[in-house]
Amino acid sequence: MAKEKRLVMSVDTLRCVGCSACVVACKTENGVPLGCTRDWIVEETTGRLPHLAMELRSTRCNHCEHPGCVAACPTGASHINEGGAVLVTHHKCSGCKACMAACPYDARYVHPEGYVDKCTFCLHRTADGGLPACVSICPTKALTFGDANDPGSEVSQKLRARKHKVLHPETGMSPNLYFLI
Amino acid sequence: MGMDRRQFIKVTGGAGAAAVAASGLSTKWWGLDGDAIANPGTEGDRVVATFCELCFWKCGILAHVKDGVVTKITGNPDHPLSRGRLCPRGAGGTGLLYDPDRLKTPLIRTSKRGEQVFREASWEEALDLVGEKMVAIRDQYGPEAFALFLHGFGSSWFKHLFKSYGSPNLSAPSYAQCRGPREVGFHLTFGATIGSPEIVDLENSRCITLIGSHLGENMHNTQVQEFADALSRGAGLVVVDPRFSVAASKAKYWLPIKPGTDLALLLAWMHVIVTEGLYDKEYVEKHGMGFDELKLHLADKTPEWAYTHTTLRPELIRETARFIAAFKPGSVIYPGRRTTWYGDDAQRERAKAMLNGLLGSWGRRGGFYIPNSLEVPKYPYTEYPGVAKAPADMPRDSSYPLADEILASGVCDATIPGTSEYDIKAWMVYGTNLVKSLPNQANVIKSIQALDFLVSIDVLPAEICGWSDVVLPEATYLERCDDVHVPKYKVPYMAVRQEVVPPMYESKPGWWIAKELGHRIGLSDYFPWKDSLEYTMQRVEGAGFECASVQATGVALGKPGPICEEDGLELEFATESGKIEFHSRKLAAAGFDPIPEFVAPEEPPAGMFRLLFGRAPTHSFGRTVNNRLLADCFPENEVWLNDELAAEMGLKEGDRVVLTNQDEATAGPVKLRPTRRIRKDCVYMVHGWGSQQRQLSYAFGKGASDSDLVTRYKTDPIMGGTGMNVNFVRVERA
Repeated sequence: MAKEKRLVMSVDTLRCVGCSACVVACKTENGVPLGCTRDWIVEETTGRLPHLAMELRSTRCNHCEHPGCVAACPTGASHINEGGAVLVTHHKCSGCKACMAACPYDARYVHPEGYVDKCTFCLHRTADGGLPACVSICPTKALTFGDANDPGSEVSQKLRARKHKVLHPETGMSPNLYFLI
Repeated sequence: MGMDRRQFIKVTGGAGAAAVAASGLSTKWWGLDGDAIANPGTEGDRVVATFCELCFWKCGILAHVKDGVVTKITGNPDHPLSRGRLCPRGAGGTGLLYDPDRLKTPLIRTSKRGEQVFREASWEEALDLVGEKMVAIRDQYGPEAFALFLHGFGSSWFKHLFKSYGSPNLSAPSYAQCRGPREVGFHLTFGATIGSPEIVDLENSRCITLIGSHLGENMHNTQVQEFADALSRGAGLVVVDPRFSVAASKAKYWLPIKPGTDLALLLAWMHVIVTEGLYDKEYVEKHGMGFDELKLHLADKTPEWAYTHTTLRPELIRETARFIAAFKPGSVIYPGRRTTWYGDDAQRERAKAMLNGLLGSWGRRGGFYIPNSLEVPKYPYTEYPGVAKAPADMPRDSSYPLADEILASGVCDATIPGTSEYDIKAWMVYGTNLVKSLPNQANVIKSIQALDFLVSIDVLPAEICGWSDVVLPEATYLERCDDVHVPKYKVPYMAVRQEVVPPMYESKPGWWIAKELGHRIGLSDYFPWKDSLEYTMQRVEGAGFECASVQATGVALGKPGPICEEDGLELEFATESGKIEFHSRKLAAAGFDPIPEFVAPEEPPAGMFRLLFGRAPTHSFGRTVNNRLLADCFPENEVWLNDELAAEMGLKEGDRVVLTNQDEATAGPVKLRPTRRIRKDCVYMVHGWGSQQRQLSYAFGKGASDSDLVTRYKTDPIMGGTGMNVNFVRVERA
């Protein structure tokens, strides 16, 4: 039996210029309401003038292997899909926000219709071999999406070749959003 | 609950995952009754290939239409500029199309000019009125008294109208307020201009030097794509900027230069490269002219001398000069885009060009390429009548001898009676918000008040519309077919702009407006085509392409030719000497320094900061500030102030401040952004905000306008560019 997929995304912080094309493409692709967002840009500056360093990160739900949000969900709306993507079934969500409190990445928001919403890895596109909207729009090709269990996938190759990190590894949730540094 | 096959498969998957993680959180169980993957349903049932107009790069886009609504915009993979990818503005084009504040019907002013009291009018009435005025101005003063200000691709129809009408005064602020000095500086040196897209081969550069250019924040899709590729390849990057820009954060060297002293740095770099023999000797010998004079000129321009002006350590200047030279000829000093900074701009740009000459990067792989262009026959129009008078853009008693395009600021000035050889009496303004795009707003308004007639054509009610006598609502780029785009680029190609959805409200495409006006002023002969589709398809066919295939893909590619010496191209220089001119006889003859001399700019008075402004990737000046999709990413501009200074001044993040300049002009209140990413002698803001137009219901009052603070400018004596980084502001709590 073929090994199960492990869907992950890598963000090349050396290429990312923080332009927000990923954010806009996500909003139009997924009909995300104004004022809400599934992905965003983080700009982190360290050092003192003139010895400064800055990291730019396009970020979103980390689709954790052991997601706290799923553990916290009382209705079963939050769940892990095939391939490891963490999803929310809208009609089962009561909007209680327990998942939002449990998420160390602040990746979820309450949709005006009352349910909690977040990045889906664009499974409606990727299930048929397409790429998430953010990945396909990115002018710097900073984003790579794929199956980390397939050693030949582009994302696996990148993770092998490049130094990388995840955010909040201390939570033990095993996030699947990798930042190439 | 029923279960179909698709759900069943997913259950299996979920159970598998649970088994794998058995030792972890047992709650994965909840995944067992997940539903089919929800599809947001934004894929178009129709996809139209066209090109973007959110900025002026003109990327190819695919517009998805579902049930008559444009749902999303993606990059056209066949288009050489987008290569399937887009910047945030391009992706956010629907935010313009469905902007609730769009101009919906023609408007005619009913009160005093500037009071913004209008009544809705029919197209018939509005066009009749504009037509009558065009005839009256022509009869009374001559066609030259009617000026056209323009920006954007859709202006081609109005340029055609005005050339048919016989006016020489067609101008765009994108020259004297933006890229003009660059074009003149490079033309004087290499006999060629840079153009747009910039003819820089970043794709193959081994070292990129940016001086005040903030690629990444200044988001031109193809350029940023290639910039990222170059960084991944390990290309060297040197960034000279008073601000720790996004590009600076990726650089090997960041040089936080004192604003206004870039020319001193360029001369010192050349000093090091020449005295240490690091230049491309063979290239300079073969193609250069005036190298000995340059060498002499540079003798005292040492890094120690430059340090006193730039505040950059001499050893850092030496080290970076050697670094830049090590990668020649694939080492490019990026020419910049808005280069109207200090009034000595053509000379600074020329110094950049000369340094590129020393590095041998012009016409070389990884440097500047020699562009190709597709042969597309012009539409066979009746010949234009010609013009009776020269443009009015030069003041009566002086001139800018090396200006190679018409100065929008000069045409504006010529509206004030007696300023120029003759007076401008009427304006048509297409797609440019002159109140904010020209410096010295009070003067612009004075000019406007001196006009007999002002008509503006726009998509949104920009401030200039409020000052107009007639406002004509144009359809957006997604609702109209324009001329074909045939740029000079690496790959010769042409692209078509097609109507994706029909115009909303009463808006009309530019071609229709121009044609209707043409009929009303006796110029029907110049508009023989039925519509723009007939016109463009004639050009497409004339170029030897099949219309249906160009309409399907949005683009037609030509055969690439050689673009650099490495491709076997023989370099030619259209300068007076036919060589790269390190010493310019043309400049000397016109009374200017034949080799650039640095003159230190005025210092900010105590307690004041130099006002600098630039771009954000999500916005194109004021054109996009009302776009809700983009506002979600960048809701308003902020004033950057050094964090240590802010703390000393008792100001903190998010405080609202007012900026007051040396002439007591104010802007704000605006949010303060204390940051370590900027020097202590300047403040910075993103251009285009602080709209005073109430009709822009989102943008009104958001952020602050740098334009309101540009009461002074320094005119470049060579080409008339308006250097605008010469204003100083104090920052006070609102």
